[in-house]
Amino acid sequence: MKKFLLSSIIVIVGITFIGRLSYLQIFSFSPDQVLEDPAIKAIYDYPERGYIYDRNGELLVGNQPAYDVMVIPREVKPLDTLEFCKLLGIEKEKFIKTLNRARVYSPRLPSVLVHQLSKEDYARLQEKMRHYEGFYIQKRSLRYYDTNSAANVLGYISEVNERDIAKNPYYVQGELTGRTGVEKVYEDILRGRKGVQYIQKDRFNRDIGPYKDGALDTLPEQGIEINITIDKALQEYGERLMHGKWGGIVAIEPSSGEILAMISGPTYDPSLLVGRQRSANYSKLHYDSISKPTFDRSISFEKSPGSPFKAINALIALQEGAITPSTKFTCYHGFFIGRSKKGCHCGGGVRNLNSGIYKSCNAYFVGAYKKIFEQFPSNSQAMDVWEKHVRSFGLGSYLGSDLYTGRPGSVPSTELYNKWYGEGDNRWSATTTYSNAIGQGEVNVTPLQLANMTAAIANRGFFYTPHILKKIDGKEISIPDFVEPKQTTIDKHHFEPVIQGMADVYDKGTAKWIQIPDIEIAGKTGTVENFMKIDSVKTQLTDNSVFVAFAPVDKPKIALAVYIQNGYYGARYAGHIASLLIEKYLKGEITRKDLEKRMLEKTLEHEYAKPYSGEEFKINEYVW
Amino acid sequence: MSGKSILKRIDWLSIFIYLALITIGWVSIYSSTFDEAAPSIFDFDTLHGKQLFFIGASLVAIVVILALEANFYERFASLFYVISLILLLGLFVFGKTIAGATSWYNLGFFNLQPSEIAKAATALALAKYLSDIQTDIRQGRDQLYALLIILVPALLIIPQPDPGSALVFFALVMVIFREGLPLYYLGIAFIAILVFITTLIFGTIWVSITLVLLLTLFLILKKKKSRIRILPMFAFTVIAILFSFSVNFVFNNVFEQRHRDRFSLWLRLENDPAKLESIRKSIGYNTYQSEKAIESGGFFGKGFLEGTRTKGDFVPEQHSDYIFTSVGEEWGFIGTTTVVLLFTFLLLRLVHLAERQKTDFARMFGYGVISILLIHYVINIGMVIGLLPTIGIPLPFFSYGGSSMLGFTALLFIFLKLDSNRLKEGI
Repeated sequence: MKKFLLSSIIVIVGITFIGRLSYLQIFSFSPDQVLEDPAIKAIYDYPERGYIYDRNGELLVGNQPAYDVMVIPREVKPLDTLEFCKLLGIEKEKFIKTLNRARVYSPRLPSVLVHQLSKEDYARLQEKMRHYEGFYIQKRSLRYYDTNSAANVLGYISEVNERDIAKNPYYVQGELTGRTGVEKVYEDILRGRKGVQYIQKDRFNRDIGPYKDGALDTLPEQGIEINITIDKALQEYGERLMHGKWGGIVAIEPSSGEILAMISGPTYDPSLLVGRQRSANYSKLHYDSISKPTFDRSISFEKSPGSPFKAINALIALQEGAITPSTKFTCYHGFFIGRSKKGCHCGGGVRNLNSGIYKSCNAYFVGAYKKIFEQFPSNSQAMDVWEKHVRSFGLGSYLGSDLYTGRPGSVPSTELYNKWYGEGDNRWSATTTYSNAIGQGEVNVTPLQLANMTAAIANRGFFYTPHILKKIDGKEISIPDFVEPKQTTIDKHHFEPVIQGMADVYDKGTAKWIQIPDIEIAGKTGTVENFMKIDSVKTQLTDNSVFVAFAPVDKPKIALAVYIQNGYYGARYAGHIASLLIEKYLKGEITRKDLEKRMLEKTLEHEYAKPYSGEEFKINEYVW
Repeated sequence: MSGKSILKRIDWLSIFIYLALITIGWVSIYSSTFDEAAPSIFDFDTLHGKQLFFIGASLVAIVVILALEANFYERFASLFYVISLILLLGLFVFGKTIAGATSWYNLGFFNLQPSEIAKAATALALAKYLSDIQTDIRQGRDQLYALLIILVPALLIIPQPDPGSALVFFALVMVIFREGLPLYYLGIAFIAILVFITTLIFGTIWVSITLVLLLTLFLILKKKKSRIRILPMFAFTVIAILFSFSVNFVFNNVFEQRHRDRFSLWLRLENDPAKLESIRKSIGYNTYQSEKAIESGGFFGKGFLEGTRTKGDFVPEQHSDYIFTSVGEEWGFIGTTTVVLLFTFLLLRLVHLAERQKTDFARMFGYGVISILLIHYVINIGMVIGLLPTIGIPLPFFSYGGSSMLGFTALLFIFLKLDSNRLKEGI
């Protein structure tokens, strides 16, 4: 027994050791751990990031060189600190502090002494640098913006953090990556692929020589240039018009789904997020919690669509046979929901489809909405069909575009109303949900969705997924999702009478004084009630001004949605801005100089200040 | 002496394994201290050159050991023991300090570490005492004497400080067990260690509850006629629970932070993965680096002289205590398994040899040799591959160092000499 005790211990120890060794060397082993081997240092060769051009080949984003002054503390020889500081343009205290910090980090490794010198400073320094041992200049590549617009579209790049590295092992500390916008979405294309050279090190971090004689080393691959669908001139013009106004504008080419402009107000100059002032500027933008310049209102701002949504209700009513173009409803300067009367601004009288649209008659559309519900045996069935039609226009979804961010908006459903009012067919009805008829209810949309909906109307029944990428390396993209049309559930022939009504909006309706000579536009105004909680009291603010339009009516080249916060009625701001943008895009120049001047100069800052003034205020004032 | 030469009687299998181990060991030292500028293997300024010299000295020592009369070792065992104690005492006056431990005599061309010699001397002395006709290990007094033989050198080594080497002497208790120390001593020690570790991992409450449950289970299942008495079991459980309570006190108040960190690391006591990782990289730096280096070897290893981590000297004490990492990185799973198997076969062979001895002295010394080799091998490789906390003792026949190379060689070959003589001495 005692004889076997020792032998068994020896055998058990052997088995345990071999078990542990097989865990370490067979199960934990991964052949690519050359990267985490402390004895092997990877030296990276970064390629230049791809350029970004607009749809017409105009440069939007390029690169510029920047120069960092580096220091290897151990190699620094005594020097004339004062003169050197003067040369670098920094203060002596800061110089000493930075140098000490670099020494603490590592006396043997290079640290950055001065970030991103200007080209002029670099030229001046380069001559004299050799007099100062231990210092040298390292070239880096920074983004350069050939426009002060489209910050929300382009996005920005910044250094990778630990999360990025954990998510994608390609990145290493200190590397740059796209953070938002196009830079983020097309990061893989723009970035290129860094080259790497493996160096064998000893424990003092000194080079011993190339690892495996460079067998694993790679050359860098250049970043690839792309064209985006944005029209630089239109984008810049839109942002100028947006000056002093909050809201979003999206313009789409209906025949392709390409986004021509994507404007968010307020915005910022993309160059602010490059260079030495980057982090200060970023904080300023990021922490502006009132105007939120980094919040992309063109794709993330969800609000009631207002009257432009009436066009969709008209189409659904036609499709379901609830009305014909000649069906009439009478407007009594309003309409009745049960015993209470709701107002209408159309002027009253008998309305058919055409005048219902161009006069934006609430009574007409509430009537049509009720008729849709009468087509079905139950309210929930009617609601389901209505919801299906609405969703077929891309509302209530992310649309599957290639934009970095965005919101889905919302479309109400049977489920929602059952939850609110209870199940059972009589708990709610068309009367309960009549706000949906005039775009004020539970429907919420983003400017992008509104523009896409307009494009679907312009195309008479289909749309292409809105997208931002046009060409990669000069070749047109052919992503199936972007080139195949998405059909709506409305038959083509129902569109003509609705479009006629929208064209009449310009001829004799709510936007008749903002016609553009020689261009036939179809549009729809919207004036959306607007509420905000001030000290937890729901307070009404000045209405949002909304306008959707496409032109020319017969062969649409542009469809757009303009959403101006607190702009009052639809034609007042949104309509004007929309007409200027259409004229700019189709004609290249503006004939109505007065209107242009007014729109460029007018701001709504006084409206935006109201809720924060702490005083009583009036809304919907006619201040022009 | 009979006409048969010692070469025909000696156990060649053990010698073969010994030679294999020192060869692999030296190759590993060569690789981890290799310098392309001076590739000569006979350069005595380099560590591998010196180690080659020590190996040569060991071979000479083997010839001397085998040439001496077999009963020389039994006769002079006490003398060796006394000399080694004097050498250990002398360190307090003449010792040379290396890396904080005063464990060496400076002999000019080489530093002598008496604790390595004391291991062989103590094994001899213990075997001699236990094999004495008057010693009865079942008596408390003789148990105490046997323990003292082990304890005295250990107590002299602890203040050097070299607690790792001191620990090795306790392995000799194994010899006393073989010779009749009741096994329940071992059982008690085993349970004490178990309670200590489980208390650190699960806490006193759970350990106490488990102990009480086990006692209850024992009382329920106990047959009426069983001769095991209830009272000692009950007392034992109470003592174990009290011990469990004292563990936290000792751990938090007697241990120093570095000891606590080693235990936290070993038993993975720290729940926060980020903190654990930081402990691994600071306190556990050596083990972390050695584990990583071994892991990076994979199944086949990186090849001779291709170990990047060992070449960059990322693993501290690469050539001495952590020499096994070099095997792991360059020769992979195949290399490490080979070494583990070689040790296993050597130890099993020695057990076989010890059991066939005709004299008590030879058998007991054999057990002493096995105990000392085994504890070095278990603790060293266990530490290097992250199974045991860091305790710095060399890997026999592998680690760089003249004293340990000579000490282990002497241990092994004195026993092989005794073994080769077993048929001649009679009972």
